Amino acid sequence: MTLKKINFKNKLFKYFPLVLLYFSVLNEFDIDVTSFGLLSFNLPFIIIFYWSLKDPDHIGNGLIFISGILNDVTLGYPIGVSSFVYLTIISFAAYLRNITLRPNIFKDSLVFLIAILFANSVNALILSFVFGIQINFFEIIANITFTFLLYFLFARIFNFLTPKGT
Amino acid sequence: MASGRDDFIIAIRSAFLKKSNKQQFSLLALIFFSIFLIFLSNLNFIGIKYIKIGINEATYRLSALISYPEKKLSDSINFFSAYFNAYEENRNLKIKIDELNNDKLNYIFLENENKRLKEIVGENNQISEGIVSRVLIDKEGKFLRSIILNKGSKDGVKLGMVVLEKNYLVGQIIEVNYTTSRAILISDLNSNIPVVVEPGSFQSILSGTGKDYGVIKYSKDQLIFDEYNIVYTSGSGGNFRSGLPIGKINNEIENLAVEFFSDLSQLSYVKIQSLEAAEQ
Repeated sequence: MTLKKINFKNKLFKYFPLVLLYFSVLNEFDIDVTSFGLLSFNLPFIIIFYWSLKDPDHIGNGLIFISGILNDVTLGYPIGVSSFVYLTIISFAAYLRNITLRPNIFKDSLVFLIAILFANSVNALILSFVFGIQINFFEIIANITFTFLLYFLFARIFNFLTPKGT
Repeated sequence: MASGRDDFIIAIRSAFLKKSNKQQFSLLALIFFSIFLIFLSNLNFIGIKYIKIGINEATYRLSALISYPEKKLSDSINFFSAYFNAYEENRNLKIKIDELNNDKLNYIFLENENKRLKEIVGENNQISEGIVSRVLIDKEGKFLRSIILNKGSKDGVKLGMVVLEKNYLVGQIIEVNYTTSRAILISDLNSNIPVVVEPGSFQSILSGTGKDYGVIKYSKDQLIFDEYNIVYTSGSGGNFRSGLPIGKINNEIENLAVEFFSDLSQLSYVKIQSLEAAEQ
């Protein structure tokens, strides 16, 4: 009985990040919680960075790429933009994973800040210069700030949800 | 120094090229593939267009399904909020009804006179009945303000058709799939509509702000408007027929801000109408 319970919990944990990523990409609050004014954050960025850093096998690169395509479709962006942005986030996480011996939340968050600054800049550059879409930069800065601040909270939640020994 | 550089190169190479057992694709391959997709999107490659229509159909339905609980929750909150304000609202509405009844008599007279004058000058506006459509998703992205509608090319929706709520302009169709379509809202940053501000018939451009209001831009002179000024489509450029009400001036939000008549965050059903204003 207990073994079954543990198996179920492990299975739930195995698919949790993937389900959360796809849910946040397809749901209304995928990228912005705009109903609270400037309070908007990018949940997919947090999920992708955290899990690519902690356990890259949990969400495959291919699945993250597909989630980017879905995000482009739901938000009406040109196909491939979000996938590219998500992959840049994975790149930062993968590099940090390779050079880190003793993980530390503050170092992680610093690299996360650089990653989201870079990713949002790339996103804005592609959308404004290649596709001629007008962008409100003030909103992007607010979005980056809240995404960065909420990384600490979500990292704690994900840590808490992770079964010990995985 | 050389060792440090080697470590950096090894870390980069490992990050981009190394695949673990469970990973099907290397990061670098996927990055190149996404750049290739962006390139094809920019060229409006026909294959990408059809793939996108296919993905759109599936994704919109899935997204609407997943968003359903949140949408219902939001509707419930709005319902209770409206319920608690009902008394005050009822009192204000009664006063407004009296005013409107007075105005109505004048409007009937003016409408008949307008019809008669149009017959004299030979103008015949044929406006299609319109296709009533349900809003599947009302996403507010960082860059695009748009809505997904449950009517597509199957139902006769075409690019450029106007989207109305009641009789107020709310957007324009920018993407048509087989059973769904996407409309850009007038609040979008990329939305620019030729308008006329009445009374006075001042021609201008209404631009979206990315928020729940628009602003009057590119007016010829330094204009001063107040809340009695109403903004209508001017019909210039031929994208919209003239005379569609959009909103009223509200300088309290911002100078020359236009408060929309429709609440763009609460759209449930809209009417898609074609522009068939044939000038004889």
